[in-house]
Amino acid sequence: MTTMEWEAGARTAPRTVTGLGTAGLRGLRRPGLLLAIATLALVLGFAIAPGLFTAHDPLIGTAREALQAPSAAHWFGTDATGRDLFSRVVHGAVHSLGAAAIAVAVGLVAGTTIGLLAGSIGGLADSALMRLVDVLLSVPALLLALSVIILLGFGTTNAAIAVGVTSVATFARVSRAEVMRVRRTDYVEAAFGSGGTFLAVLRRHVLPNSLNAVIALAALQFGAAILAISTLGFLGYGAPPPTPEWGLLIAEGRTYVGTAWWLTTLPGLLVVAVVLSANRISQEISKGANR
Amino acid sequence: MTGRAVLSRLGQALLVIALAFTGAFVLLQALPGDAMLIKFENPDLGLSQAEIEAIRAAYGADTPIWQAYLHTLAGFLVGDFGYSIQNGTAVGGLIAEVLPQTALLAVLGFTTAVLLAVLIAFTATWARNPWLRNLLAALPSVFISVPVFWLAMVLIQVFSFQLGLIKVIGGGPVESLVLPVLTLAVPISAPLAQILVRSIEDVQRQPFVAVVRAKGASRWWVLTRNVARNALVPTLTIAGVLLGELIAGAVVTETVFGRAGIGRLTEQAVANQDVAVLQAIVVLAAVVFVVANLLVDLISPLIDPRLKKTVRTA
Amino acid sequence: MTITETRPGADTGAADRPVLDVRDLVVSYESRHRRTEVVHGVSFTIKPGEVVALVGESGSGKSTTAQAIIGLLAENGRLEAGGITLGETELTGLTDKAMRDIRGRRIGLVPQDPNNSLNPVKTIGESLAEVLRVHRWGSKPAIRQRVLELLEHVGLDDPELRAGQYPHELSGGMKQRVLIASAIALDPEVIIADEPTSALDVTVQRRILDLIDGLRVEHNSAVLLVTHDLGVARERADRIVVMRHGRIVEAGRTTEVIANPREEYTATLLAEAAAVAAEVPPPRPVPKPTAEPPIRVSSLVQEFDTGRGRAPFRAVDQVSMTVAEGTTHAIVGESGSGKTSTVRALLGFHRPTSGLVKIAGLDVGALKTRKQVRELRRRAQLVLQNPYSSLDPRQRIADILAEPLLNYRLADRAGRRTLVTEYLDRVALPADTAQKLPRELSGGQRQRVAIARALIVQPRVVVLDEPVSALDVTVQAQILRLLTELQDELGLTYLFISHDLGVVGRISDTVSVMRRGRVVEAGWTHEVFTHPSTDYTRELLAAIPGRSTAPATTQGA
Repeated sequence: MTTMEWEAGARTAPRTVTGLGTAGLRGLRRPGLLLAIATLALVLGFAIAPGLFTAHDPLIGTAREALQAPSAAHWFGTDATGRDLFSRVVHGAVHSLGAAAIAVAVGLVAGTTIGLLAGSIGGLADSALMRLVDVLLSVPALLLALSVIILLGFGTTNAAIAVGVTSVATFARVSRAEVMRVRRTDYVEAAFGSGGTFLAVLRRHVLPNSLNAVIALAALQFGAAILAISTLGFLGYGAPPPTPEWGLLIAEGRTYVGTAWWLTTLPGLLVVAVVLSANRISQEISKGANR
Repeated sequence: MTGRAVLSRLGQALLVIALAFTGAFVLLQALPGDAMLIKFENPDLGLSQAEIEAIRAAYGADTPIWQAYLHTLAGFLVGDFGYSIQNGTAVGGLIAEVLPQTALLAVLGFTTAVLLAVLIAFTATWARNPWLRNLLAALPSVFISVPVFWLAMVLIQVFSFQLGLIKVIGGGPVESLVLPVLTLAVPISAPLAQILVRSIEDVQRQPFVAVVRAKGASRWWVLTRNVARNALVPTLTIAGVLLGELIAGAVVTETVFGRAGIGRLTEQAVANQDVAVLQAIVVLAAVVFVVANLLVDLISPLIDPRLKKTVRTA
Repeated sequence: MTITETRPGADTGAADRPVLDVRDLVVSYESRHRRTEVVHGVSFTIKPGEVVALVGESGSGKSTTAQAIIGLLAENGRLEAGGITLGETELTGLTDKAMRDIRGRRIGLVPQDPNNSLNPVKTIGESLAEVLRVHRWGSKPAIRQRVLELLEHVGLDDPELRAGQYPHELSGGMKQRVLIASAIALDPEVIIADEPTSALDVTVQRRILDLIDGLRVEHNSAVLLVTHDLGVARERADRIVVMRHGRIVEAGRTTEVIANPREEYTATLLAEAAAVAAEVPPPRPVPKPTAEPPIRVSSLVQEFDTGRGRAPFRAVDQVSMTVAEGTTHAIVGESGSGKTSTVRALLGFHRPTSGLVKIAGLDVGALKTRKQVRELRRRAQLVLQNPYSSLDPRQRIADILAEPLLNYRLADRAGRRTLVTEYLDRVALPADTAQKLPRELSGGQRQRVAIARALIVQPRVVVLDEPVSALDVTVQAQILRLLTELQDELGLTYLFISHDLGVVGRISDTVSVMRRGRVVEAGWTHEVFTHPSTDYTRELLAAIPGRSTAPATTQGA
């Protein structure tokens, strides 16, 4: 119709076209997003080259320096055996981030495959696959992860796979919904009208236009996976001590909650910062999808 | 919903529970093969081959898998959940013993979560100050990014050690519930608040809201008498999903606070590879989830008449 | 033309003081930290009992002006300068509380789209009672009584039943009546009607406008009619204010503006409205008959399953038509008439239940393989209604146009590039459009791209599904002209689907009028317009804004 709708239309009325060239400028206007990217880049650095960030040994401590509060020498303080906590956090990044990456990969590959098949084939295959997804969803994520761990055994990789299994259903649902949404659009109908075959339309229109939402979900799940893996680590089903995996690290500080606050608080804050950053980036990606 | 639709929805719910049971059985009891065998063949136990055989027979370990499946299924149908591999007591009894404590925690936690979410969402969408709005709207995403076990420890640190408000051990029954309930509520309130904020904003953008404003209604009138009910259905749907997550939340909360309950039972079952207990809990969780969502589906048409399948003829 | 100098209710004397006085209104919106002025100094007045039409295309600022008057600008909007006086009250600078007292009680609003303007979870009665309750009008039983009266007053049958129903159980026209009842419930001095009929079927539009007009006379209220349609304005308004780009380009008494437009823009708008409203489209030359007509449909039936155990829904019932080479056949009907289902069956999107469909030499019902269906779609192309959604937002225009060529392997890389440039030129788009994304183009430009995409495979038949109804009036005219030119150049056969008889009159040689799945009337467009044989067609013709009366008297039914 020709007029703007009340309220809704006017918001976007004087909209300026933004090309890709202004992406950098947009980033500058959003300090939150920049901070999120910087945080992820930093912990990625921790994982790839921990030696650049700390000179302390994460596994061997000096007994004299046990349970010291944060200082210039030990930024995050030291633990009960005198190990430098900051060094442990830095060296733990590779375990936590690596496990989260495995988890997201498992969920992404399995879930998206199911979702794409269900969404593009439809009919009976769709119903069957979606019932399967319903069942996966009906079991709380943590319980599902624990069941998988019982089957596979304890350890970082197994915990990561278990967490990945819990996100299969979400990936399947989102990718299916996206495929269904794109399939209903006029431009897909137009593409069939232009003589496109099923596979050509799927490849040229449905996949590229559904991808954004799936990538956004992957970023979101990366944050969620870090949380879930740290929870499994905390419960003792993940990496064995003395691995400095973040969840385990926090669990070790549990005994000293009353006396050495930094042992739990500081690694926990880092986890919060990383998860928040992943979520912020996810939000940005899905915003891009709707532009 | 028509009678037929209700029946079909009911059948769907039963199917999901049945599939969840089957999945749990396959994952926990069929695939691991002889987890039990490994346990009892441990030479430290000093059991003779004959004794092992007897135990195996008692647990039905040598029966074919389909027979074991039917046997377990028949048991579950009449409320017999088998025996704990760890200590041989009936799983049903173990669960019944701790269920009330977890149920209390869950009900209180969920109620707190809903109140918290509504408070956040209403203030975030009603406040005029953009600074306050943004702050409140960002709160749920912070809540969602916090590891639950860490939150519990920080709460203990702040309220028990720093402020000395709540005793760590030896507090009264009410006092000892405060922190666990908060721990359980915060992560559940976050997605609830998020969906509520988004639904309220979606509804507020609909043309009918401008029409109500044009009648002279205040923003508060619009929010409470027009928007809230419209925003309820999507929120209810998410609430149904989150109800199932309560059991998972209980695992962490009960472990950190050292409370007995379903969560603690789960944690111990995993540590001891007690598949019989875990299977019962998984099925229990699935039942809670499915029933909650069934209720949501049945209630939704009462809130939003458009969801009714039957169209009254004009 | 039957515009009368004086209209009932409006002739109470020029001495009357205006009830609404808008002076030098300036409104801006903030978007991405930038403030853009969208209304630049708009002034007009309305007297009691008078209808003033605010006419303009999208982006002209007419809706923003209306929103500013009622104090409901979007959150990012701001009144920068100017004054709005209602009776004795100055509205600018009023507190929110004081403004709330004005809204609903002294200014009533009839919104644009009745389908989204009622709270879906409230009954009609509750929604209607709301305006009374907000302003603390009377007791509960009194409100209930008043609601029933109001429903009856706006012409709804069985008010008791309607009051208990929910919006989704009512038709669009009924909902608009409810909203009108709500707007007039407290007898306001001013009624703002923002495109009150643009979301409704044509035959309903006229009745709703009549209702508003009747209530205006009865209550002597002033009406601000916001519309994109000069035809509607000329028929209904005492005075017309034409807006463009946030400014008033012309204002004056309707008769004077119509007879003597001072600005070229008004003249263009008028010419377009006049062409749409042409009493009788000029007869077109009869085409040479060809051996095999490109479109031949006989006794087409299309049914859809409605669920187990229920009778299938018959969307298309015994439809027949033949279209000669190089001509345009139009299918006209309101929503639910079955015109879209007919088109989809014709293009093989779903298999006809029964009947014969031959398109460009192919028997559509007998198509078996996907390859055959694709061949059908090469010979018969489809242009969709909404150019904003029919182009993939991620593809450049060059890729969009090259896609059909790739699908049918019609050209190599170099050949594709040449053809893309050629067809952009054919639809009068500059060559650099090829490198743009859809969002960088206007609605009209996008529709040109969609047309080029359809033509690039050199089809014999082009099916146009409401190709101009999402566009502004002046753009509509350009697209229709383009289509005619292309038809003459390339010898195309068009099947043109529309709800708008005015548009159909300008482009088609022959026409079928559909209603509830059946063709109720068919023939030469010229004939159907001059001698409609059914009441329904007469009603459709009468509903074209700006046409005086249907030529119903010339012919017995």
